[in-house]
Amino acid sequence: MTSADQVARLLAMVPYLQAHDGVKVSEVAELFSITPAQVRRDLEVAYMCGLPGLLPGDLIEVDMDAVAGDGTIHLSNAEYLGRPLRLSADEALSLVLGLRMLREVGSGQSRAVIDSALGRLGGLDATASDTAARIGTSVQSGPDEVVAAIETALANGSRLTIRHEGRVTTTARDIDPARIVVRDAIAYLDAWDLLRGDWRTFRLDRIVAAAPNGSAEPHGDPPDHEAGWLERLGQRGDVVVRLQPSAHWVAEYFPVRSSELLPDGRLEVALPVSDPGWLDWLLLRLGSAAELVRPIDAAAGATEAATLALEHYARLGVRPEGVR
Amino acid sequence: MAARKSERIMNLTICLLSARRFVAKEDIRTAIDGYHDMSDAAFERAFERDKEELRQLGVPVETGSNSAFFEDEVGYRIRRNDFELPPIQLDAAEAAVVALAAQTWRQGRLASSIQSAWAKLRAAGVEPDAGRSALLAPTVIAPEPALEPLWQAMTTRSTVTFEYARSGQDRSERRIDPWLISAARGRWYLLGHDHDRGEPRLFRLSRITSEVTEASAPGSYQVPADVDLRELSRRLEPADPTSTVLLAIRAGRAPWLRRQGRPSGQPAPEGLPADHDLVEVEIGDEHAFIGEVAGHGPDVLVLAPSTLAQKVVDHLVEVAR
Repeated sequence: MTSADQVARLLAMVPYLQAHDGVKVSEVAELFSITPAQVRRDLEVAYMCGLPGLLPGDLIEVDMDAVAGDGTIHLSNAEYLGRPLRLSADEALSLVLGLRMLREVGSGQSRAVIDSALGRLGGLDATASDTAARIGTSVQSGPDEVVAAIETALANGSRLTIRHEGRVTTTARDIDPARIVVRDAIAYLDAWDLLRGDWRTFRLDRIVAAAPNGSAEPHGDPPDHEAGWLERLGQRGDVVVRLQPSAHWVAEYFPVRSSELLPDGRLEVALPVSDPGWLDWLLLRLGSAAELVRPIDAAAGATEAATLALEHYARLGVRPEGVR
Repeated sequence: MAARKSERIMNLTICLLSARRFVAKEDIRTAIDGYHDMSDAAFERAFERDKEELRQLGVPVETGSNSAFFEDEVGYRIRRNDFELPPIQLDAAEAAVVALAAQTWRQGRLASSIQSAWAKLRAAGVEPDAGRSALLAPTVIAPEPALEPLWQAMTTRSTVTFEYARSGQDRSERRIDPWLISAARGRWYLLGHDHDRGEPRLFRLSRITSEVTEASAPGSYQVPADVDLRELSRRLEPADPTSTVLLAIRAGRAPWLRRQGRPSGQPAPEGLPADHDLVEVEIGDEHAFIGEVAGHGPDVLVLAPSTLAQKVVDHLVEVAR
């Protein structure tokens, strides 16, 4: 905790405390993302500051007994710090981009309010608005009526019946929605899938319809993406494939546990696989651009599907080059 | 020690903010307790550092003279209008969405920036309505690591360097003036002036393989006036459809692909399984489309053009053997 951090915080905290007399230490700690002990240390610094001369009457007053007693803060005699320092370019930019993210993911019912908030905050810092004009924040989200139904369900604690477009088929499923997350520039819904009896993450743009269907039940919190993304994906173990340069995009697009560039220009990656259908799809899609290294039987599904497809093509009169 | 320094800088701020005139350095030294025990040289060093630290925080410490005749009598002050956050009028609904926006970034510098921005707004009297949390509060997880330093460099207009891997090979060090950043189809892209190639280049952020490092002083470049986000969107648009393809899609399968096209009234060719529907799709990039069709295995068959059907078959043979 550097003194610069502390000064920056105090320049907001002193006006905040004057406007919120009697606020709890814990509340201030939460707002400033610090510990209650740090709030007390900040107050001890504020207590030693004031107008030049530093006679007792010139210092900021803090009721330290109340802080130690019922944990409330009373700060006074600091009218000269009645308003916070203006936003830095970074702060103004983070607000504008945060609001834009919200706008991208939200439905039409929230967009008008977000636009008016952007209008009021967008001009706070000239550098930030100039930079913000050069950053596009488009996020792949769902159809408006679907997002609106999810917003309402999250607010009311409702269960939803959704139509979900999978890779292979569209299925109807009942879910208890928990939260929206944005990963890369794609919006996902974390929800409890009643069919599976487990948490699942759905791409919002793959949900084609959503309707309320009674009340949701509590399932605790969905697993943490930061910590558990790979672990949850890898329930069926890893598959190792070698990718030609034309297929290197796989390592950018999907989570990989490890990746190594081989001397021949191929990339050897270990992919966590939770759904064998996904691996079939990937191998079918990549064709000769991917070579399965292990486990050797993991390609069985893709081989079978390719063989069946070739039989269909043969009946239609299309045969592989060189086979007549 | 840090607390003593915080006290001193806070007192310096209050002193300069409350003064109606420029305050001479010697008067500052007298007024602020924290400077009292210092030698002349130590005071000079501390005062310069403190001023610099305040400027880093965004506190506008102004240098000037009270006298038009004795301009060498330099003093310091902080103008209240430059220091204070201007009045902000947010109604309860607007305050609620800003409170939600403050939760979008959870990591790194953006997270701390938006938290301190929100604390300042709260200090300026913005009160969220606790009952209005009905909206989605999306969280941005694991954003591209290059995003934050690039946004930062765009704010200060600093040239950056990074290592870039085109299609996973030939990694090379790039020196770029970042102009524009945008996302398309779920991926982030950067358009910037490439110093070594002497022309604008487009980069996919996921292919940046090193840290992004600022490699110039701030304000080292100007973005050309005619370069704006529309320019980047144009470059990121998918290739225009160049041909129409006739597909046979098994009933109920490949919903995403089916939705890209329209049902076809053409007669089903002989030999086609009965449960396949005919669908016409416009495509741009033939190579990418071969992979997309092949991914569906026997569920999606190309019927026409026959050259494309042949390519899909040759692709599938590699998987079947």
